Amino acid sequence: MLKVTWRNLVARKLRLLLSAFAIILGVAFVAGTLVFTNAMGRAFDGVIVGSTADAQVAPKGAANFDSMQDVRTMPASLVTRLEALPEAGAVYPQNSLQTVFVIGRNGKVVGGNGPPGLAFNASGVRNLAGDPVLDLVSGELPDGPQEVALAVDTANKASYDVGDSVKLVTSGTPPSSTATLTGLVEFAGGGLNGATITVFDTEFMQEEFFGGKDVYTSISLSAAEGVSQEELAAAAQEVLPQGVEARTGDEVVETDQQTLDEILGFITTFLLVFAGVALVVGIFLIINTFSILVAQRSRELALLRALGASRGQVNRSVLLEALAVGLIGSVAGLGLGYLLALLLRYVFGRFGLDLGGADFPLTGTAVVASLVVGTVVTAVAGLLPARRASRVAPVAALRDDVALPEQTLRKRSVVGVALVVAGVASVFLGFERDGTLGLSLIGLGILLVLIGVSLTSALVGRPLIRLFGVAYRRLFGTVGSLATENSVRNPRRTAATASALMIGLALMSMMAIFGASASASTDAAIGKALTSQFVVSNVVQQPFSTDIAEQIRGLEGVSSVAALKQGFPEIDGRPAFVGAVEPDAITEAVALPLLRGSLDDLRPGTVAVDAATAGDDGIGIGSTVRMKFQAGTVPVRVVAIYSGGNALGLPYLVTPATLVEGGLAPLDSLVFVTKEPGADTGDVRAAINGVIEDLPTVTVKDPEGFAAEQQEQINQFLSFIYGLLALSVVIAALGVVNTLSLSVIERTREVGLLRAVGVSRRQLRTMIRLESVVVAIFGAVLGLVMGTAFGLAVVGALRDEGLTETAVPWGTLAIFVVAAAVIGVLAAVFPARRAARLDVLRAITAE
Amino acid sequence: MRKRSVVGRTESPAGTLQSGTGRPAAARVRDLTKVYGSGHAEVRALDGVSLDFHEGEFTAVMGPSGSGKSTLMHCCAALDVATSGSVVVGDTDLSGLKDKELTQLRRDHVGFVFQSFNLVPTLTAEENILLPVSIAGRKVDREWYSLVVETVGLGDRLRHRPNELSGGQQQRVAVARALASKPSIVFADEPTGNLDSRSGAEVLTLLQRSVREFGQTVVMVTHDPIAAGYTDRVLFLADGRVVDEMTAPTAERVLERMAALTVGSQPGKG
Repeated sequence: MLKVTWRNLVARKLRLLLSAFAIILGVAFVAGTLVFTNAMGRAFDGVIVGSTADAQVAPKGAANFDSMQDVRTMPASLVTRLEALPEAGAVYPQNSLQTVFVIGRNGKVVGGNGPPGLAFNASGVRNLAGDPVLDLVSGELPDGPQEVALAVDTANKASYDVGDSVKLVTSGTPPSSTATLTGLVEFAGGGLNGATITVFDTEFMQEEFFGGKDVYTSISLSAAEGVSQEELAAAAQEVLPQGVEARTGDEVVETDQQTLDEILGFITTFLLVFAGVALVVGIFLIINTFSILVAQRSRELALLRALGASRGQVNRSVLLEALAVGLIGSVAGLGLGYLLALLLRYVFGRFGLDLGGADFPLTGTAVVASLVVGTVVTAVAGLLPARRASRVAPVAALRDDVALPEQTLRKRSVVGVALVVAGVASVFLGFERDGTLGLSLIGLGILLVLIGVSLTSALVGRPLIRLFGVAYRRLFGTVGSLATENSVRNPRRTAATASALMIGLALMSMMAIFGASASASTDAAIGKALTSQFVVSNVVQQPFSTDIAEQIRGLEGVSSVAALKQGFPEIDGRPAFVGAVEPDAITEAVALPLLRGSLDDLRPGTVAVDAATAGDDGIGIGSTVRMKFQAGTVPVRVVAIYSGGNALGLPYLVTPATLVEGGLAPLDSLVFVTKEPGADTGDVRAAINGVIEDLPTVTVKDPEGFAAEQQEQINQFLSFIYGLLALSVVIAALGVVNTLSLSVIERTREVGLLRAVGVSRRQLRTMIRLESVVVAIFGAVLGLVMGTAFGLAVVGALRDEGLTETAVPWGTLAIFVVAAAVIGVLAAVFPARRAARLDVLRAITAE
Repeated sequence: MRKRSVVGRTESPAGTLQSGTGRPAAARVRDLTKVYGSGHAEVRALDGVSLDFHEGEFTAVMGPSGSGKSTLMHCCAALDVATSGSVVVGDTDLSGLKDKELTQLRRDHVGFVFQSFNLVPTLTAEENILLPVSIAGRKVDREWYSLVVETVGLGDRLRHRPNELSGGQQQRVAVARALASKPSIVFADEPTGNLDSRSGAEVLTLLQRSVREFGQTVVMVTHDPIAAGYTDRVLFLADGRVVDEMTAPTAERVLERMAALTVGSQPGKG
């Protein structure tokens, strides 16, 4: 039997290659994700290890891998105390900032708007290995006002050389400044992963950003000879005040790596979900291909049974074939996955995460996971066809036309409907639950519904295909009706092929509806609530200096300025989004309808909450909300409840003091400007532009422009998702190619007959193209209907989270259908050519 | 009603079989050679065949396996291209025609009945019969269609698909299709090879009637002497050459001749 399996593999190279393609692409996605996130992890690991000293002293919660700019500092007296410790070989008082951006020669922010702009004082700090964290490679370290050193990579990207005048945008006052480049440093951790590094003189940095006080954000310690990290940290802790913590280098590395792993885990899961979708589509394709192959071979299988092969042997021989295809596909997928990882590096690089300098090793995990996933998935997909193959009766070998026993469509449909019902139930349950469990239930539900629909689609699709038949007959005559007949002659096959396409398109249209609704909701919220005429913001809401709001306040024609700061504390164990404003200013800029309480009562220690958010969490006036910031938990009392805040991204409103209490630097994210009634809009805008002209990251917009900017972000996110889903659509398209090719082979004699009685090559090609388009559009329509249902459900469920508007982007959906038709035409190219090229004589006489 | 060949009968090369009715030719074959392979593997399936298929005549082509009879039919029916020599169907010379023109010729001037798998399984009997006409985008000649269907005797089964028809019925549908487009010539390749003798007789009678009643030209490749007995004229092929001819054949006479031929051809080979 082994020999039979092997011969079959060899004999059907091309057909199996096509199904292997599905595995290759799915596995490539898995491998690419794992290789990429591993490389990313290593790159950040290098940063963590390379920048950590033997021991680190910092306020609790500050100076972690994921800490935001912290306002807490330590006085110089602490440094003196630490220097007195015999365990400390060296003490490096440090200041660091995350919002010092270098403006390149081209006037653009180096690194784009994503990654942080890191700044340090020139401290000579050494890491765990004893190497300087900032290693001077040319020139000198800054030693006075208006002097900076830059990381080599940063200077290269900005095209600055030592001696040049460097333009900076900072959170200081004024926000824009220039300094002379005195030297270049290499960061000990290696790559910066997109971040930029600016080094200041210690005193100058304190002068500019720390109010001229001799204070530090962290203190790094190197151990004296023969002193361990633990001894050093313990000794340091002895002399530290409350709230300040000494940790060993190893401890710092460990916690930072844990945080990193969590972030990477999120990215990995996110990408693997899409890999999973691609694999599910691949399973459809493989089941279909093997079913067709088994059907074509049924007489041969019957012969084997007649010659004494047991059911188990036939079953195993088909399974073994699937395993071999899976294994080969997995290996190829692994190779392609590596390339995909490089592509991901490029894409993430565009968003500011520059991993250009990072290694991309092929890890054991990636290899094993890819091979196992690919092989197991193919084997599972092969089970069904194998079982069916084993049920062929031996006597079939003697018959002329062999049909494998098949389940009735009705039975399939019953199972399908049951799956749909279970899926819908799961989605509903998922909306009730929070977090990962909820999301998993929703995902599972959607998957069940999609599989259920694909099982019923053989029946459901008939009327649709009939409709096509009518149109085709009108437009293409006999060729058209031949094409239609071909697509209904094997409803299961057509349905399975179309279903594979349906999955990708369902998810795409779901996202399209979600995105359009999100855009519309933001639009509506901004239009309804925003009463100010201008919004000053950074494109990605990177916070900026409060000096900007201050300067605008002084402009002629400006009536009021409301600055919004943002914080991301945990509330009830969930990440939350908190806006901080001065209460009197915000009421002039944003019209938030108050339901209960009064914004007048909003002061330090209190909070105003959006009604939907409050309702979800059972919050009323007088309840206490506990916000867990990096510096600790800040309890705030609810004094007001308003509506319509979620769509604006304002579920909670506090005063800036609360953010400061939480340790966050009071930087502005959005500044709302209201002009005096008589003032000329153009003049005021020009005046504001004058304030921010040196700041390429900050722009002024009217409410419409602000809404457009928000939409741009949504669209960018959507494009990313579309890109990820496109892979499953490509697999589905391959499925169409595969099914059509196999059908053409199966119908060789029929093709020959058609050619003999006068069907031209061109007509034949048209016929196959039309058949392909039927399948593709069938899949697209199913997908669109599913996706619209999912999209509306999701939007409905998220109404409280701010998705107040429901929008169906008909244009986009229409484009999907047209794209599906194009996919159909393209998928038919190869099978159509193959059919057209068949030698008439040989085709007629083919077995 | 039917297009007649306008090409007169040219002087025949030596060895051409001209005997028979003296009618004009529906298809003329001159010096036809078909070689498969090359060098040592070279096989001469046709070795300089010249003959005429007369209009309104039912011709059988007979010969043992490997005699070249199928190749001859394929070349005449524009299904295959000869190595050298010429084939003229109606007034069209096949040599040098491109695939597109050959396809059109088959569609408009040639009818086919194969041994099996004659019908497109997804189409009904009626749709199968009208397939060549509708592919060509021509209007169906309803009168002619009714006449053909009536002759074939399938009135109540026209809406059925091939898998709902018996083998004999399927072959009769195939004959109807071959006649429907009023071709210059109908080629039948072992049309009764897969049928029981009763169904076979029905199909042969049908072909005979199409010749007698409609003046259709029919060429049938067969190795069944009984089938040959239905025809007007039998051509015997051996080793790629026309070796004999018989008019007004009967099954017994054909059988005799075949036997003689099989014995006689052995030593003469090479």
